[in-house]
Amino acid sequence: MSTQSERPSDLVAAPSRFPWREVVLFAVLLMAVLGVYALMGTAYSTRMLVEAACYAILALGLTIQWGYAGQFNAGVMGFVALGGYCAMAFSVPVNQAFWASDLAGELGMVLLFLAVGVLVVVGVSRLHRLGVPRRLSTTLAVVLALLLYLLVSARLDEVAGRIESQFGFIGGLGLPAWAGWIVGGALAGVVGYFIGKVCLGLRSDYLAIATLGIAEIIKAVLKNADWLTRGTATVSPLPWPVPPPGEVGFTLARALYLSVTAVMIAAIFFLLTRAYNAPWGRMIRAIRDNEVSSAAMGKDINRRRLEIFVLGCILMGIGGATLASFNSLFDPQGYLPLNHTFLVLVMVILGGPGNNLGTIFGAVAVYIIWVMSEPLALAVLELVVGLGEGAFGWDAPSNLDSRALQARVFVIGLLISLVLRYAPKGLLPEKVRHHG
Amino acid sequence: MPLLDARDVYGGYGGMNILNGVDMAIEADEIGVIVGPNGAGKSTMLKAIFGLLSINQGEILLRGEPIHNLPTNQLVQKGMGFVPQEYNVFPSLTVQENLEMGAFLKPESVARMLERVYGIFPPLKEKRRQPAGELSGGQRQMVAMGRALMAEPSVLLLDEPTAGLSPLFMNEIFERVKEVNAAGVGVLMVEQNAKQALAIADKGFVLAAGQNRFTDTGAALLADPEVARSFLGG
Amino acid sequence: MNELVFFINNVIITGSVSGSIYAIGAVGVTLVFSIMRFAHFAHADMMTFGAFMVLLLTLAFPGAGGAVGLPTAVVMLPLAILLTAALAVGIDRAFYKPLRAHGVKPIVMVIASLGVTLMLQGLIRLFAGTGGQRLYIDDRKEIFRLALPFEGARAPIVVTEPQIILFILTIVCVVSLHLFLSRSRLGKAMRAMSDNPDLARASGINTNLIVAVTWMIAGGLAAIAGTLLSLDVTFKPDLSFFLLLPIFAAAIVGGVGHPYGAIAGGFVVGFAETLAVFNWGVLLRPFRDSLPEWLAQAGSLSFVGTEYKIVVPFVLLVAILVWRPTGLFKGKVIT
Repeated sequence: MSTQSERPSDLVAAPSRFPWREVVLFAVLLMAVLGVYALMGTAYSTRMLVEAACYAILALGLTIQWGYAGQFNAGVMGFVALGGYCAMAFSVPVNQAFWASDLAGELGMVLLFLAVGVLVVVGVSRLHRLGVPRRLSTTLAVVLALLLYLLVSARLDEVAGRIESQFGFIGGLGLPAWAGWIVGGALAGVVGYFIGKVCLGLRSDYLAIATLGIAEIIKAVLKNADWLTRGTATVSPLPWPVPPPGEVGFTLARALYLSVTAVMIAAIFFLLTRAYNAPWGRMIRAIRDNEVSSAAMGKDINRRRLEIFVLGCILMGIGGATLASFNSLFDPQGYLPLNHTFLVLVMVILGGPGNNLGTIFGAVAVYIIWVMSEPLALAVLELVVGLGEGAFGWDAPSNLDSRALQARVFVIGLLISLVLRYAPKGLLPEKVRHHG
Repeated sequence: MPLLDARDVYGGYGGMNILNGVDMAIEADEIGVIVGPNGAGKSTMLKAIFGLLSINQGEILLRGEPIHNLPTNQLVQKGMGFVPQEYNVFPSLTVQENLEMGAFLKPESVARMLERVYGIFPPLKEKRRQPAGELSGGQRQMVAMGRALMAEPSVLLLDEPTAGLSPLFMNEIFERVKEVNAAGVGVLMVEQNAKQALAIADKGFVLAAGQNRFTDTGAALLADPEVARSFLGG
Repeated sequence: MNELVFFINNVIITGSVSGSIYAIGAVGVTLVFSIMRFAHFAHADMMTFGAFMVLLLTLAFPGAGGAVGLPTAVVMLPLAILLTAALAVGIDRAFYKPLRAHGVKPIVMVIASLGVTLMLQGLIRLFAGTGGQRLYIDDRKEIFRLALPFEGARAPIVVTEPQIILFILTIVCVVSLHLFLSRSRLGKAMRAMSDNPDLARASGINTNLIVAVTWMIAGGLAAIAGTLLSLDVTFKPDLSFFLLLPIFAAAIVGGVGHPYGAIAGGFVVGFAETLAVFNWGVLLRPFRDSLPEWLAQAGSLSFVGTEYKIVVPFVLLVAILVWRPTGLFKGKVIT
């Protein structure tokens, strides 16, 4: 029976075969990149490549969640934004005026209040160990938590309001950018841990709903907590980990940044490929393909799932941090589901979920299309308007530019639908190897 | 012409054949019983007849008309009723709603058929407003059979109707099967309780490894010492 | 007394309004879930589409409402319901049905529905722009002020015309949905299919028909919910991700696959939101003199600011997933 289930198509993907598909696809990609260089100039094209590299890190994060483990994260944007926030908060110069003022102390008091409150609530919720009925202790804890929350948030609002009016925001820590990248990854991982803890044992749809929600919440917090992030006023510039354009010129600075991200991708790629082929990766795939039998074999399914989900979120945090540093701008409002969740999704499912090389290919290819589609769409639109005006005296709506952007929303949606239907395994499908 | 006639049927899941040339035929007024060891392909044969798996070779005829590989709802329309072994009621629907679903294709005959089904299974009438999920195993089996009868089938396929029931309920179900058959419905059922089932069978089919081993009247099979030794546990 | 009126206006009425909208939306989501077994992410954009159809029709026939004494938008609603139902069936045919025929995992259907969401969003914004637009074009939004017959109640209870229409339509929807599911042949077949699709097929139920009917109902309800939301405030093409979370939360709180639960869940989420953003300091005001100073001084005593409203359905969602994943009423499919 087991010999019959091995279909011929699996044998075609045996590792010994020469990777024609990969070589051809990457050759085409290289030509496209060179084409962009020829058309748009070195500085522009290098910027595009750096951004594509940052997106590749995001896409690798998503491909291990979706491709390796079948977990669908619909809130990549939230983890990207968290990474971006950390990159900003750690690297931006210290706001000396704020730290010298009384408000720093008052903010500390509020945080101390908060810590004490949390301890009290946790203590009350544990009262049942001292013989208090469990229901009573839980009720008390909930009521107390609500009350303390009201008081602390009222105090925090008040202090935050004064910080905003006197100093703008509390500033950063003045540390090197990479410190923020690491913490960004860690913070995204922590948030991912809690989401995963709640949702991973349930139907996969719930994870999608919850991640979609947490992404909007993270954005709302970053947008509205002006004392932390300057909100819609945005923070800029963010320091780079390499000499900035002001010192060495645009192209060289961007090329240096590109080499930093390229090294990161290479390291992540190497580690992921090792992990994928290690017993750990095999276990993850076994769980994805047949949960029941993996559970029957005594695998701790939920733990493995949580590991992979958190790992993916960490990568998204790191990718988001590198992206924010590169843009040298932290703008919470600029985080959009389209640009930071669905674009990444398209990269992964088009490139090949579960195939790291395919994912990187997808990231660079889709990003080139994405960037080039903007001038292209506008050109097409202008042509149409020109024709329309000439032929029928059509009075085109004035906000055509912003409407052209909406066409991109449609195209990304269409692309997702088409790929799912006609190329569900992506351009470079995951290779299924049969061991033994 | 037999009511139901399966000839040389090969079929199974995923390219592998479980049925390796099964023949089976019953007349309009007969009860046919399929028995055999585990894995012999008994339920698979029933599913093949009801179009739940496509057959790779052979043919299945209903009153001489080929019906293999037709979609399920057309089979129901042509007069075939099927009662699966498990999950054979709609648990959140009431008993009466379960029965009404059986007559989904013939809404005009619901009232008349409800009368008939309640006549065959009187306990269901009392429980008609109760969700089927709350009933006992035997009553559920009655709901399941009643649901299939609502479409006025000419042939009823039952997959182990007495599995998991106490001997008391088992006899009750077999009585009802006889009653249904007496009213003019051909019955083909798979049974683990082989002796009791063959006792009411006009035709018995002993399958093993996806092939016919013995085919005869129920009484003859019961009397055959070889059948008794190999398949009926002595 | 005025504090009580304030409470009624800001909690009871506002909560009922958003509760009704979430309830109608959540019923659609839960029906789709119970028949096709996946969370339909494009639902909020079907709501937007319905409202957009109403907007277009209202722009085309601005005077139609005056003839019957109702806002034009409400008169146009039945037509928009039909259009949205047709859209839902069409989307299913074009994008979901081929995947279903392939037997993909439910989560792939979720991703497909996100693709559909983006396509709808793109199309709607391409034609409608991204700004808000009023659905009251030629007619005036009536506002009813009910004075309370109490001593010292100066402020009246305020209800607007669309809110009253909303309440009436919600009741109509709930009652007719109940009658449909419990009395009609198709409604019962829908429940049967949600219980056990294989058995439904073996009973001769035409499952393709049931799927189509489910989409029609989901689409129609989405059009109603979207239009009523737009009537109450304005038509905004970019609400979808903000609506999805409360609607899914409502469906899950009520128990996925359970239409009556979804209605209850809608109101739970709606009231939780309004109670959370309500400034409880207002209710303390009459007792200000007898309160300790630190409490009386606190300016705004609401749990979350309105800008963080989306946190409320999320917290409810997480709480229910942690403590009772089957929802308040036992839902069907959770693993």
